[in-house]
Amino acid sequence: MSAMPRSRSFWLLLGLAVLAALVLPFMVKNYRVFQFNLVLIYAIAVLGLNILTGFNGQISLGHGAFYAIGAYAAAILMDQAGLPYWATLPLAGLLCFGLGFLMGFPALRLGGHYLALATFALALAVPQLLKYKKIEGLTGGVQGIVLNKPEPPFTFRFLDQPFNADRWLYMFTLAVAALMFVLAWNLLRGRIGRALIAIRDHPIAATAMGINLPMFKSMAFGVSAGYTGVAGALGAICVAFVSPDSFTVFLSITFLVGVVVGGLASIPGAIFGAIFIQFVPNIAGDISKSAPWAIYGVFLIGMMYLMPSGVMGMIQGLWARWRRTASAAPPRV
Amino acid sequence: MDALLHQIFSGLANGCIYGSVALALVMIYQATHHINFAQGEMATFSTFIAWSLLQAGWPYWAAFFATVAISFVGGLAVQRIILRPVEKAPVLTNVIVFIGLLVIFNSLAGWIFEHTIKAFPSPFPQNSALGSKYFSAHELGSAVVMLCVLAVLYGFLRYTSLGLAMRAAAQNPESARLVGIRVSWMLAVGWGLAAAIGAVAGMMVAPVVYLDPNMMSGILLYGFAAALLGGIDNPGGAVLGGFIVGVLENLLGAYVIGTELKLSVALVLIVGILTLKPNGLFGKHVVTRV
Repeated sequence: MSAMPRSRSFWLLLGLAVLAALVLPFMVKNYRVFQFNLVLIYAIAVLGLNILTGFNGQISLGHGAFYAIGAYAAAILMDQAGLPYWATLPLAGLLCFGLGFLMGFPALRLGGHYLALATFALALAVPQLLKYKKIEGLTGGVQGIVLNKPEPPFTFRFLDQPFNADRWLYMFTLAVAALMFVLAWNLLRGRIGRALIAIRDHPIAATAMGINLPMFKSMAFGVSAGYTGVAGALGAICVAFVSPDSFTVFLSITFLVGVVVGGLASIPGAIFGAIFIQFVPNIAGDISKSAPWAIYGVFLIGMMYLMPSGVMGMIQGLWARWRRTASAAPPRV
Repeated sequence: MDALLHQIFSGLANGCIYGSVALALVMIYQATHHINFAQGEMATFSTFIAWSLLQAGWPYWAAFFATVAISFVGGLAVQRIILRPVEKAPVLTNVIVFIGLLVIFNSLAGWIFEHTIKAFPSPFPQNSALGSKYFSAHELGSAVVMLCVLAVLYGFLRYTSLGLAMRAAAQNPESARLVGIRVSWMLAVGWGLAAAIGAVAGMMVAPVVYLDPNMMSGILLYGFAAALLGGIDNPGGAVLGGFIVGVLENLLGAYVIGTELKLSVALVLIVGILTLKPNGLFGKHVVTRV
């Protein structure tokens, strides 16, 4: 987020990361590709929540609800209206943006933990609403909606692996995620990002500086919900199935965990957060079959003790320390 | 008319439970400005302890008081061991630790006591003179128990020196520390009390909703709605808010929208209160100094 000019090593690192992300799906089995796909999707959702929580200081435990709405919007548009899968993403995003913007108004009244609990109510209520009898024709009720996985537009073989539906979806998600990250980067490093941070750090001073507080906070809520909605739509396409019970409260909790573990107010942190929420439950499940969530909880509390500012916070701390030692060392002749 | 009265009375009985959860939330909030998301899960866990004591053949009231005592110590220990290291950490770190506690308690309850739904006995006999056609003996009994808890709590905070110290620590930690109150320990006692109240609420609600690891998730939400309705800084308001929410929930569930959307009622209520009357019915209007 700093304004310093990006060095050559930064671009080199970014290029390597992109290359790795492109080659990775051809080096692993189908199931892993699916998991990496979910990591990308979660990264978008976590980034969305980070815009709200990390940059604007509004805690939401209800973003699973927006994820669910995005997923259902995509599923219904594909199932009932026969829209192609890629066309559902902007619509799901727009719908969630609108709903999030509206949710932003009652959120103005609340700070900290109270906002967290109010949005928690949203996360609890949405699965119930999705099961509601009167809209069963649209949502499929408890059964949910089964979708078809989109076929790749062309196929080839690379590193002895076919370019199949999972790998095509991975590439598609990667492109969407890259676009969303660039958009977030542009949004947050400029005037709007500074306004959001100012509101987080000192709302009264921010108002005195002429920032329209209600507008910015509601917009932040809307944009954040929109990001999560797009992630939800991608999730529905990737899993090819939606049902009310896939969007429990734990999903919302998981997103917030991703934000904090990755690092608050850090855009690349979203990727680390997504990796954590995708793979750590599996690791916990390997350690204890009977109580995987207990292990997960222990991991979570341990993380907070060891690196309270998340993975990005730790990396920045180490980087700063390395730079200090490097500059303190005598110059080479 | 009879049906309506019946709904109102059972709403009042539920309201007692919501009110006590709201009270536990308000207590921790006043002391620490945190909301304990694990409150419901901790209460469920306590109820499971009571259940296993009863299975071991303890008489009901012995198990009841033993559970309350265990919960008090447990709440105290959780604050001392797990929350103390992050006492000064940012709000979000605390929220994540609460969430960690929530999943740990939920998962442990499922692991130790299994996920099957269990019947929990009521201490109040089914066919007694206390019951009537409007309310069951259990509804009346649990309301009385909750009111007793409230009375004891009020007496403790109002008339004992420890209660006074707790209120002082909550209101002004710096000054309280200067006059020799161990503020950090007061927080721990607050946690213990909240856990004990939660345990009582759990044992009173378990005969109605049956015991399973996710028993309290909806109740925490109603408790929160009740706390908001009464005004988040007002313990008496929280209890009254609990009654209102309980009756409202039952009447809406029976006559207007059916039982499937009960949680949405809580959501609408929370959002409605915050938009229309953010200070609640009895809350103070808070003015912040720049």
